[in-house]
Amino acid sequence: MNGPHDLGGAHGLGPVAPEKDEPYFHAEWEKRALGVTLSCGAFGAWTIDESRHARESLPPATYLSASYYEIWTRALETLLKRHGFVTQAELDGGHRLEQGAAPKRVLKADMVAGVLAKGGPCDRPVEAAPRFAAGDRVKTKNFNPETHTRLPRYARAKLGRVEAVQGSFVFPDDNAHGRGENPQWLYTVVFDGPEIWGEGADPTLTVSIDAWESYLEYV
Amino acid sequence: MSEHHHDHHHHDHHDHDHHHDNHFTDMEARVKALETVLTEKGLIDPAAIDAIVETYETKIGPRNGARVVAKAWADPEFAEWLKRDATEAIASLGYTGRQGEHMRAVFNTPDTHNLVVCTLCSCYPWSVLGLPPVWYKAPPYRSRAVIDPRGVLKEFGLTLPETTRIRVWDSTAELRYLVIPERPAATEGFSEEELAELVTRDSMIGTGIALSAEALR
Repeated sequence: MNGPHDLGGAHGLGPVAPEKDEPYFHAEWEKRALGVTLSCGAFGAWTIDESRHARESLPPATYLSASYYEIWTRALETLLKRHGFVTQAELDGGHRLEQGAAPKRVLKADMVAGVLAKGGPCDRPVEAAPRFAAGDRVKTKNFNPETHTRLPRYARAKLGRVEAVQGSFVFPDDNAHGRGENPQWLYTVVFDGPEIWGEGADPTLTVSIDAWESYLEYV
Repeated sequence: MSEHHHDHHHHDHHDHDHHHDNHFTDMEARVKALETVLTEKGLIDPAAIDAIVETYETKIGPRNGARVVAKAWADPEFAEWLKRDATEAIASLGYTGRQGEHMRAVFNTPDTHNLVVCTLCSCYPWSVLGLPPVWYKAPPYRSRAVIDPRGVLKEFGLTLPETTRIRVWDSTAELRYLVIPERPAATEGFSEEELAELVTRDSMIGTGIALSAEALR
């Protein structure tokens, strides 16, 4: 979707403002937000792709003015309601009113180290051979789906070069919407700065994205 | 985890411990409501949340990545392994897991500087760098790193020669990138532990370079 999250190349958002000796958290609620989000991810009710789509689907004004833990929290409320774990009335009242859906698992303290160390690998085998090889000239597709995609706007309909075949991975554009993992080959595609940014672009700049096979066509 | 954590949590969240309940920010209230409802349903374990926070405050952070870089500087075979299969090479040091499942190491050279960003969200190699800093997740960095990397680097106090090529890696998939900065001059004979002290978090994102040898003196 062409949402507020797709920020590459946007202007007017201000200086980066790195914070010296930045703490891990800026408030106690951020710690709880991190832990609650990861704990709910362990339910097994939605994928990382669906959760990313819930975040980018926040109203643009909210998204752009929120801290990242706020984005996480607001998106988590959406996911929990969508999958029947909580109701809006419960969130408003701050207490349980009904039990709701049952998760595949509940993350207990003694499971945390193992779950974090294992992570969630999303490489998957595919039967077909890769369509492209390192060195191939490719063009990214031009499309504007209202649904989830990982092809940023700035990199659509651009000429690039395949630098590496990175393996085959779950296809987020499908997986975010419950259409299955449908794995595809993934390629690192490099673009020259002027191809993307045109006039005045830094000639020493190259930008790469990791692109699923269906984002690409031969030149 | 331990009963201690559980008890600690309960004390933290008893109303009488909050002297400023009526000054709760909207987010404090929202997160507290979420945690309370989910805990009452038995869907989350507050002690697990404590364990997650403790892990990222004390166990998983940029010192992990610094050890990877130092070993790459000290051991050419390890550096080759990193180039070939960063996930396996990094796992050999014990760093695996969430948001580091598929690692790639990208090496700075005298004429190429690497910079990592996630323009679409905030993808970051947690297993070696820990939780991302706020600026990495915020719109200014995500919007400008791909179009004006030199301007961004200046805001970090880093001015590269005009001839240095800049390669920006936009983490659009599940590959997580670790920049291997150049080894500073005059560090021959340094131990891996000493070398690791020269490796900053920002140098592994590409918004900085490694500290000079004098930093240890």
